[in-house]
Amino acid sequence: MITTNIESVPGMQIVEHYGLVQGSTIRAKNVGRDLVASLKNLVGGELKGYTELLQESREQATERMVAQAEELGANAVVNVRFSTSSVAAGAAEILAYGTAVKVRPARVLPPPLPDEDEDVE
Amino acid sequence: MIQLWVPLGLLALGFIAGRILEARHYRAIRRREDAWAGIETHGLRVLPADVRPARAALASGSVVISVDYWKRFAAALKKLFGGEMHSYASLIDRARREAVLRMKESQPDADLFVNVRIETSTIGGGTESGMGAVEVLAYGTAVWRVR
Repeated sequence: MITTNIESVPGMQIVEHYGLVQGSTIRAKNVGRDLVASLKNLVGGELKGYTELLQESREQATERMVAQAEELGANAVVNVRFSTSSVAAGAAEILAYGTAVKVRPARVLPPPLPDEDEDVE
Repeated sequence: MIQLWVPLGLLALGFIAGRILEARHYRAIRRREDAWAGIETHGLRVLPADVRPARAALASGSVVISVDYWKRFAAALKKLFGGEMHSYASLIDRARREAVLRMKESQPDADLFVNVRIETSTIGGGTESGMGAVEVLAYGTAVWRVR
């Protein structure tokens, strides 16, 4: 499954549209991570626990979106967007959405343009 | 007396440790930015005209960063007078640059990135003040050229 956040898949052409697909997940942080984060809050810096949490949620949302696209028979999702919103204190909803399409390799590749970087240092 | 010394101690800890950690983080960011400088990132949704794409994939990188105790205190003071909050500016700057670097590192062999979007959201962090931490997500389409 190819995913991009532009309207097309470079090097491919879209042959069929299946419409919007989406996947979302709502995750709560746990007490242990909260404790570590509140200590880390004193000195500042990256809160790795939260970074991982949001990263995992985003992957899960993307997987769900991709699963929906596969069900429709698509082989790519274009124009993917992410959005995060906090549903309640300590819980976040992550949403991934995009357009499911079927693509195939573009038959004619545009000829390469003449090289334009002439010794620009 | 202890009621006074604990916050003062925390402020000093935040000031010193926060400063050291931030300087270290900025050094790491600059070093990695130099290393990745050859990989173009575009905000445009179209490929540059001279690129013949072979394949593409979504790339993303994210980071959650919080401010230290001292900066939170300084910001609370600043709120009384208004004006630009430099202490939070560096926080968000660090987070954005880190997120973009992680996006590039997630597809290390890509030739360029197009339509790079940066999204920022605040995380309560369970503290009474709203601005405990920020999450920054950078995502875009990684493109590989025809070899």
